[in-house]
Amino acid sequence: MHSFTKDQSPWIPNGKEGVMSLLRPLLLDVVPTIQQTAALALGRLANYNGDLAEAVVKGDILPQLVYSLAEQNRFYKKAAAFVLRAVGKHSPQLAQAIVDCGALDTLVICLEDFDPGVKEAAAWALGYIARHNAELSQAVVDAGAVPLLVLCIQEPEIALKRIAASALSDISKHSPELAQTVVDVGAIAHLAQMILNPDSKLKRQVLSALSQIAKHSVDLAEMVVEAEIFPVVLTCLKDKDDYVKKNASTLIREIAKHTPELSQLIVNTGGVAAVTDCIGSCKGNIRLPGIMMLGYVAAHSENLAMAVIVSKAVPQLSVCLSEEPEDHIKAAAAWALGQIGRHTPEHARAVAVTNTLPVLLSLYMSTESSEDLQTKSKKAIKSILQKCTYLPALEPFLYDAPPNILKHVVGQFSKVLPYDSKARRLFVTSGGLKKVQEIKAGPGSLLQEYINSINSCYPEEIVRYYSPGYSDALLQRVDSYQPLAN
Amino acid sequence: MATLARLQARSTFLVHQYYFRNSAVDVFRKKEYDAAVKIQSWFRGCQIRAYLRYLHRVATVIQKCWRGYLGRQHYQLIVKLEFCTMKMNLYNAMAVRIQKRWRGYRIRKYCFNYFYLKEYLKAVSETNDAIRYCYQGFAILDELCDHTAWRLKRKNTTLFPVYSMLNTSSHQMCGFSMPGNLRHQEALEEFAEMKEREEKKADLEREEKKRDYQARKMHYLLSTKQIPGIYNSPFRKDPDPWELRLQKAKPLISQRPKVKQKRDVNISNQLACTSARSLPQSEILPPIDRKQCQGPFRDITEVLEQRYKPLEPTLWMAEPINELKMAREELRKQEWMRNINDNMFLPFSSYHKNKKYIPLMHSSSKYGPNSYGSQHFRDENPKKWICDKDFQTVLPSFDLFSKYGKLYSKAGQII
Repeated sequence: MHSFTKDQSPWIPNGKEGVMSLLRPLLLDVVPTIQQTAALALGRLANYNGDLAEAVVKGDILPQLVYSLAEQNRFYKKAAAFVLRAVGKHSPQLAQAIVDCGALDTLVICLEDFDPGVKEAAAWALGYIARHNAELSQAVVDAGAVPLLVLCIQEPEIALKRIAASALSDISKHSPELAQTVVDVGAIAHLAQMILNPDSKLKRQVLSALSQIAKHSVDLAEMVVEAEIFPVVLTCLKDKDDYVKKNASTLIREIAKHTPELSQLIVNTGGVAAVTDCIGSCKGNIRLPGIMMLGYVAAHSENLAMAVIVSKAVPQLSVCLSEEPEDHIKAAAAWALGQIGRHTPEHARAVAVTNTLPVLLSLYMSTESSEDLQTKSKKAIKSILQKCTYLPALEPFLYDAPPNILKHVVGQFSKVLPYDSKARRLFVTSGGLKKVQEIKAGPGSLLQEYINSINSCYPEEIVRYYSPGYSDALLQRVDSYQPLAN
Repeated sequence: MATLARLQARSTFLVHQYYFRNSAVDVFRKKEYDAAVKIQSWFRGCQIRAYLRYLHRVATVIQKCWRGYLGRQHYQLIVKLEFCTMKMNLYNAMAVRIQKRWRGYRIRKYCFNYFYLKEYLKAVSETNDAIRYCYQGFAILDELCDHTAWRLKRKNTTLFPVYSMLNTSSHQMCGFSMPGNLRHQEALEEFAEMKEREEKKADLEREEKKRDYQARKMHYLLSTKQIPGIYNSPFRKDPDPWELRLQKAKPLISQRPKVKQKRDVNISNQLACTSARSLPQSEILPPIDRKQCQGPFRDITEVLEQRYKPLEPTLWMAEPINELKMAREELRKQEWMRNINDNMFLPFSSYHKNKKYIPLMHSSSKYGPNSYGSQHFRDENPKKWICDKDFQTVLPSFDLFSKYGKLYSKAGQII
């Protein structure tokens, strides 16, 4: 009967009370195999559905499991830990229920077991419990799980390493204190050693753990960096597995976010080039942390932004901006471009040369873009335009831009044209002067002042020639002209 | 006695003579009188003119001295100002020189080292290249990290603090089991595999495109409701895959030949605009091989010459009629420009006559009774009125006090 139940359990979603009441006495059976199978069946049921997991909790099975977890053999321990994991993964309330019945201590005891399977199951259960919120993580830490998890990481079995790394990642992601607890045990050194392991799933978890530790504060990030992960992490950016790339770029982003010195470090080791190549080789959400990293690095100072430009990141970002379908990735790319281009005219020129400004403008004006995308592209356009003196890129803006952006464009022209004669000539022949005459501005407004200063750079005849209605005025003069009677 | 007789005989003659002489004198008297008057008046005139000349000369001298004095004052003021300005300009120029040098020195020494930045960016791009081509083994990578660190250490300013970790050598690359060239080989194999896969994919796509294009061209072979198409034979169980392709394909529209846009050369604009100062409308010159219009036309150069002949007015028309007046105005304006003192010199006789005449109220106001206060009570100044229309009586007046003091009873009266 028990094997039948075990086989059928994935397919029985309803009649749960009946099942629970059936399985419960089986847990107390004399034969160990029956106990294990019953536990396994419970675990599968709970794994399938949150309601079933609640039923498991309500059926008062957990204390029984916890009690027998301490005593039985390893197969039972594995099965029981599986049940706890299955129950704890659905919601914080269920995890709290598990904590309330004192399962944490027994799980921690299981972590000290000899059998790697038991350790893996216990670590998995702890990881799932700690995932939900900071209190549960704290409870897990208080039970003394962290040093044992670090010991688990050092074990030779790959699966155990994976699970232990994932558990550490889940513990440290909630708050700086928890991350500090993890760091105090010396987890960083071991995690850093495992970056070079060829197994890609392990790399994912390790990188994720390091990024969760590094994201909280400057000190933690510096500690992660001191473990000498650079430039080894950059090789992970070239990995075949997309999630390894994503987690590696997340880690680099979290480190670069804090201070200019850390960003400097990353730039010195060639991190920007590696991230740029990584962005180029993947699509969609995988790119997002890399794009944000470039934005953070460029935001700190203009030297760093220049280093980002030198690493050929700007063409890559503009490619992302134009080809990505998702709005939030476009918004991130627009933000990053704005951070790069806002510092000095050279930076703005480097951004403008790649023809991204029209793309940004079209994103800002299009009604389909989300509000976030519109705001970010508008800010990027404004900050780049404030410094842009590269006139060929500004000229298309004269024709399509809305009035609030047109003001800045005309302002930039009025700053550059008085000092550059070639630019003046180009401005006239390309039709820019004509377009400027056609702009209607309120008298006394800033736009009118800019237009006046542009007009004062040219002789009056040319300005009159290009002002609208001049051919009509000429024809009127022809009409009213009386030739001399010879 | 004889004398008396002689006198008597001559008396009539004397009388006549006396009379004639008096009357003769009378004739000339007026003439002589007039002549004397004329001579005297001319002489007096000369006298007075001489006196006036004298006065003018004297007044000119006084005015000259006074104007000279004012001008010299003004001139000294200008010279002082100019001198001060010149000194200040010199000081400013010298201060600018000093500041220029100091600012350049300060920025170069303490704030920003341009050459260091250039070196740094070069080192960064070299490291980037190494990272990018790190298939060649991690050894080069280590080397370059050291190299970057070394270069940065060489120019050690406070601007770029370098982390100490960069200086450590690369033997910390632990956990690395495979030797360098094997990894290299493996990487190359992967690369080759990837390339192959990409090629195959490209081939497939090309095929797909070709088939799609064919389907678009053969769109008309699609089966209709009445007539089954070639690929949808009724003897088959299900239609040929080409049928489905044809259903999905969009029909191909043949390209219309592009209409050649002739550039309309506007020669007419050249001739229509007759003002000498107008700008040409287009930069294109008219084509050289214009075919001649039919008809005996005059030579175009002659026509243009005539049309653009400048105006040759007569002397009468060349000068304006009030030229003299305008010239005087011109002269006066020029002199006014150079004047130091704009106030006119008034004659001394009018020196005390500098008060403005205030007329009497009695003589400047209207004669007769004023209707304000009896006829109308609105303000005389229309600007102070609150509305344009006249006030209307809204409520009818009631006679409260019309009977005051006119009744016979003494009720309410204070005695």
